[in-house]
Amino acid sequence: MTVKSLKKRSTPTRIVGSGVAVVAVLAMSACTSNEAEDDGDERGGGSAQAEAGSNDEAGDTVVIGFSAPAADHGWMASITEATEQVAGQYDDVELKVATGTNDVNVQIQQVETFINEGVDAIVLLPFDGAAMTKVALKAMDAGIPVVNVDREFSDPNAARVTVLGDNYGMGVSAGTYICEQVGDKAGAVVAEIAGIDSLPLTQDRSRGFKDALAECGLDVDNRVAADFTVEGGEEAASNLLQAEPKIDAVWNHDDDQGVGVLAAIENANRDEFIMVGGAGSANAMRAIKDGDSVLKATVIYPSTQGADGLKLARLLAQDRAVSDLVEVEVPRQVQLYAPVVTADNVDQYLDTAFES
Amino acid sequence: MTEHVQASSSKDRESPSAAGEGVPPAGTASHQTMVVDDPTTRSRGQGVLQWLSAVGFFRILGLVVALVVICVVGALTAGSNFANSDNALTILRGAAVVGVLSVGMTFVITGGGIDLSVGAILALSSVWCTTLATQTMARDNHWLVMVFVALAVGAGCGLVNGLLVSYGRIVPFVATLAMLIAARGLAEILSDKKTQIVDVDGFTDVFASDYLGIDFSIYLFALVAVVGWVLLNRTTFGRRTFAVGGNPEAARLAGINVRRHTVLLYVLVGICCGIAALMLVARTTTGTSTHGTLIELDVIAAVVIGGTLLAGGRGTITGTVLGVLIFTTLTNVFIQNQRDSSEQSVLKGAVIVAAVLLQQWLASRKSTT
Repeated sequence: MTVKSLKKRSTPTRIVGSGVAVVAVLAMSACTSNEAEDDGDERGGGSAQAEAGSNDEAGDTVVIGFSAPAADHGWMASITEATEQVAGQYDDVELKVATGTNDVNVQIQQVETFINEGVDAIVLLPFDGAAMTKVALKAMDAGIPVVNVDREFSDPNAARVTVLGDNYGMGVSAGTYICEQVGDKAGAVVAEIAGIDSLPLTQDRSRGFKDALAECGLDVDNRVAADFTVEGGEEAASNLLQAEPKIDAVWNHDDDQGVGVLAAIENANRDEFIMVGGAGSANAMRAIKDGDSVLKATVIYPSTQGADGLKLARLLAQDRAVSDLVEVEVPRQVQLYAPVVTADNVDQYLDTAFES
Repeated sequence: MTEHVQASSSKDRESPSAAGEGVPPAGTASHQTMVVDDPTTRSRGQGVLQWLSAVGFFRILGLVVALVVICVVGALTAGSNFANSDNALTILRGAAVVGVLSVGMTFVITGGGIDLSVGAILALSSVWCTTLATQTMARDNHWLVMVFVALAVGAGCGLVNGLLVSYGRIVPFVATLAMLIAARGLAEILSDKKTQIVDVDGFTDVFASDYLGIDFSIYLFALVAVVGWVLLNRTTFGRRTFAVGGNPEAARLAGINVRRHTVLLYVLVGICCGIAALMLVARTTTGTSTHGTLIELDVIAAVVIGGTLLAGGRGTITGTVLGVLIFTTLTNVFIQNQRDSSEQSVLKGAVIVAAVLLQQWLASRKSTT
């Protein structure tokens, strides 16, 4: 099917045309990237197989700079991987990838380099959101739209668009699931294995978890922090198991460190509790599917945020809008949902999951 | 072994430039591999080459050539994106923090020690002074309070390091390793593991602004480098540093208070950590316990390829500054070409080994002992 082309020109005419846009968008929603492609790759459209009039149709070629922290765990590696993959599907996107670093000093240099080069847009997943705010403001002042992914800047003016996972929501989802499973048990022992404690996202997750548990009268009896790495997870979990002879439920924030957590549980020969993971790695999902470990569920934190950031950056640079919305400008903020994956619905999520 | 130590004044030097930089003046107790530039044995008829070699020109030359090669590679691969003033400023801004730490580290290593805790002290200083900012003390009084606190915290940590090393007789590696662990822990306690954001206008106005198009942090780095150079090569303090690092026993016999001097060296590098913390706070508008993680490795690498001996007794500020610029420029070239940072790490390792091998080869050729 073909749809009336919505080639955008300048803002005033777009506002007039928005009535037409609504109709067109409704019609178009049937043929954009919501449908699975035959090649089994569902991460985004791409100009190669774009329908006429859809946002995936090639526009002006734009240069987009991308910078993220070091790929020191599977989720972070997947962020860059998915972004590069989606960029590769568009003939009109030239992606400049600054390699991952956990050194704010170097990451600032990377963004400064993008500004010097005069790229059309920047997608930035900061190691520390607050620390990158100043240089992001500098980019915005230079007229380069910044898409802030995952870790928020301390000043909303430093980004044109912010793409976020729902960290608080992750905690809520995990807490609610644990309430459903063990909530009717009086005095159930709940433990928590957090990620890097100095990150605001970790604090948000813990807050959500605590709030959701409070709904069914539970609280976190023992909380340890790891660092998203396998060895960190193993160490934190070993200590936790030593400290708590009997546990009913554990929430581990991150499936990458979860590999180590599961190893520690295995070594301690413990299986009296249920475990909920976080982030949603493919190996965690396979374990949930097999059902022979303590891991019964995981809470998704999409590793495709960078790719979504890239798609929005492309729309910004080409002066387009989000085609499934009535609004003629790209929104300020997109927050992704944090669903619970269990054995019942695992097949739905396994395809887009990342490998630890 | 005891030697007669005679006072040598800088009037013996024939050049106001980098005369014998990195080499202790004649007569001081010296390390075995050191070149002793003794003006009394040098006749005026000897060639320019010999003089250049005597002032350590060739050691520096290798670094300059390396830097030029990296710049040429950058210009060839990234073209006008690399070779412009904006990018030059980006490189210098990136070099400033590591540079200031490296100047301080040059003193400690020349004096026969090492400080692994620079990154942790930097983090603690940044957290301590931003705590003031977030608790409005700096706003109610004056932002200079932040500057004073950052420097005082750095000096204080340095003092503890120095006392542990010189009076506690703990090996520098171990004493500063303990400080590395403890200071970062204290920084986490102070900041409650949160990133603290600074909005003290006066502070950022001064520290994060640029004058004549060049950032304040770059001026500060230049100032620290120049002051460091003068202190090491033109003062009694510098001469004592060479002596203490080269042969502490001989230095003690020559009447130098080795213990006190060692403490001063660690205080000096601590103050540099405070300066670097202020620069990073201004650059990121934040103080956090994660600042400067693993930066000590970059700092030691820069000092070592610059030609300062890890064994002590020989140090060069010029070499250190070149070392910092080499690594920062290398990073920049990799960013420009979007190359993998893992490849960069491999290359960095190779550069360190190559630089040290070259220095050893030069030293063996010119060794007069």
